[in-house]
Amino acid sequence: MRKHQRRPSKRPWKLWRGKRALPSKIVVFGATSAIAQAWMRLLAPHGASFFLVARNATRLESVANDLVTRGAAAVYAETADLDQFATHPALLERAVSSLGGIDCALIAHGVLGDQTAGEKDFTLAAARLLTNFLSAASLVTWLANYFAAQYSGTIAVISSVAGDRGRKSNYIYGSGKAGLNAFLDGVRNRVDRDGVQVLTIRPGSISTPMTAHLPQGPLFASPETVARDILKAIQSRRDVLYTPWYWRGIMAIIRMIPEWKFKRMDL
Amino acid sequence: MPAKSKQPVFESWGRYPKVDCHVAPLFWRDEFPRGTRLPPAVLAVGMGRSYGDVCLLEGGTLLSTRGLDRFLHFEPSTGLLRCESGVTLAQILQFAVPRGWFLPVSPGTKYVSVGGAIANDIHGKNHHIAGSFGSYVPSFELVRSDGARMVCSARQNTDFYCATIGGMGLTGLITWAEVQLRPIASRKIRYEGIKFSGIDEFLSLSSSGNHVEYTVAWIDCISRGRNFARGIYMQGDHSEIIEPKNISREPHLAVPFDFPGWVLNRTSMRIFNELYYRKQLRHHATRLIDYEPFFYPLDSILHWNRIYGKRGFLQFQCVIPWRYGRDGIVAILETIADSGLASFLAVLKVMGDRPSPGLMSFPQPGITLALDIAIQPGVTFPLFDRLAEMTRELGGRLYPAKDARMTGPQFRAFYPQWRQLSEYRDPAFTSSFWERVTGDA
Repeated sequence: MRKHQRRPSKRPWKLWRGKRALPSKIVVFGATSAIAQAWMRLLAPHGASFFLVARNATRLESVANDLVTRGAAAVYAETADLDQFATHPALLERAVSSLGGIDCALIAHGVLGDQTAGEKDFTLAAARLLTNFLSAASLVTWLANYFAAQYSGTIAVISSVAGDRGRKSNYIYGSGKAGLNAFLDGVRNRVDRDGVQVLTIRPGSISTPMTAHLPQGPLFASPETVARDILKAIQSRRDVLYTPWYWRGIMAIIRMIPEWKFKRMDL
Repeated sequence: MPAKSKQPVFESWGRYPKVDCHVAPLFWRDEFPRGTRLPPAVLAVGMGRSYGDVCLLEGGTLLSTRGLDRFLHFEPSTGLLRCESGVTLAQILQFAVPRGWFLPVSPGTKYVSVGGAIANDIHGKNHHIAGSFGSYVPSFELVRSDGARMVCSARQNTDFYCATIGGMGLTGLITWAEVQLRPIASRKIRYEGIKFSGIDEFLSLSSSGNHVEYTVAWIDCISRGRNFARGIYMQGDHSEIIEPKNISREPHLAVPFDFPGWVLNRTSMRIFNELYYRKQLRHHATRLIDYEPFFYPLDSILHWNRIYGKRGFLQFQCVIPWRYGRDGIVAILETIADSGLASFLAVLKVMGDRPSPGLMSFPQPGITLALDIAIQPGVTFPLFDRLAEMTRELGGRLYPAKDARMTGPQFRAFYPQWRQLSEYRDPAFTSSFWERVTGDA
């Protein structure tokens, strides 16, 4: 079966195949997250089908109802604790059989957590690293193999600008995301030649329930803005997306600060 | 890092009064009430498009419903939409218009939430035929601070249903509601604009155009003498020619900063009113226009309230019953013209007699006048106090959603049913408005 499918050309001038069609069979982890909801709302009116995974059943049901009302062709919802890696393959296989295949996956689950509590008690920090890094890495591994076998597909993962450099205010969260960034770079390097897109999404400060307790500064963007950027990045096969766009510049400057200076700063 | 700005965290659309309050955003219907740590005083708030203080709570917590923005069900055969209470009318239009459905009642802005539309029992240009928004809300869920969740409708929990429609958000949190939409064939409105001078001409146009679905009149309330009470009578109904119904574009224009106070003065207002009157050259104009400029002309400029400057503005809306209708409106318009204060969008409309299920609903049969005036220290408040007193003498009432000045005795004369509302009020829910008008009772 695999032999009959044409491998994408390795010649770089032939890699650009124009803007791609919208994804239509989509699996979303952390489907109750604000960015995931906003992104799915862009696709539902085009008749996409969704397989949603989240923790809270009643909230998941309202998200599913919203998507069906907005025109989604089919919505399957399942509650799961994604910290349990052993359940991932079976979960993903159910997604494949419900949707009749997958062409796009969005991994949007994650926890910000309390930095100071994690500094005192490492078990809290470890649990957060498990959710933000290991569980996402487990899903990406399965998806990368699945998509590589069909020579197509998109894995979009919501990371964070916090992963670009460890800062004292949120390095537990940031280090999980930094590990995820490196993991995604590696996976991309492995499966790009099989026609699989791996998109690392690095949002800056976004007004979501995750940041509702923080004072909202002028750099805060809406989940809708981020969702539009993600869809554009998927359609144009981008690798790394900073969203909103100005975070690319901000993080470039932050990465440039020499460590002897950075270690004395309050960031 | 606490925010250091002196700007209040939440402002109503008129930006007056400015109060200190805390905002707690809600994202899910099950988030309220969240166990034991309930703040002592709360008020649900949607888009904050009420002008005065019905959507404010000094020293309390505002439960922002903007995150409750999900559609839950739509029945394409009947046009019944069930959605969460933070869904805005703009979002409903974006969803419904391409499917051939339209709002049953459209206020002057589409940036209001469904919850706010119910709580203020809003009305629109079709009030003389269709009544108010509450008539098109067959049911909704009300959550009380003790954790009770009630589905309210004309058959179930009827007392809470009636108290919540027009209940200014005091009976609890509305989490979802059903809205009965109406079918349309096209985005277009068959528009007719007719110039008039004087209240009598307005009234005769109103009675002859009574069968037209949407009617409203813009009125020049600066000019005196020959031009007193001149205006343009605007009416329209949905075009029945079937056309593609595309999604509206988001507006790109916004007022970027607060205008300084001197920008809006009597001369600039007079020029605006003159130009607006002369914009339509002929005495009688008919054309086919899109629904957006017809219903929501001001929504094309975001943050238009900034033109009134930092101090903000007051909105005045009264309804005068037919018994004193004509003379009462003339007396009010004369008072405004004599005051030297100016408004650039004053609106006159005849209200119908279709009753609302709401206990505290503002509309009543008669003539309603709405206008906004920038706050100028020492001048604006006495005028508004005078107008409120005149409204009371004429047997009319003021609209709480647009008020920041009415006194307790005035409110209780306008709405003698307020005691019934206070029985259904949730003990944890209150507003700056409610404290102001019932605190001295």
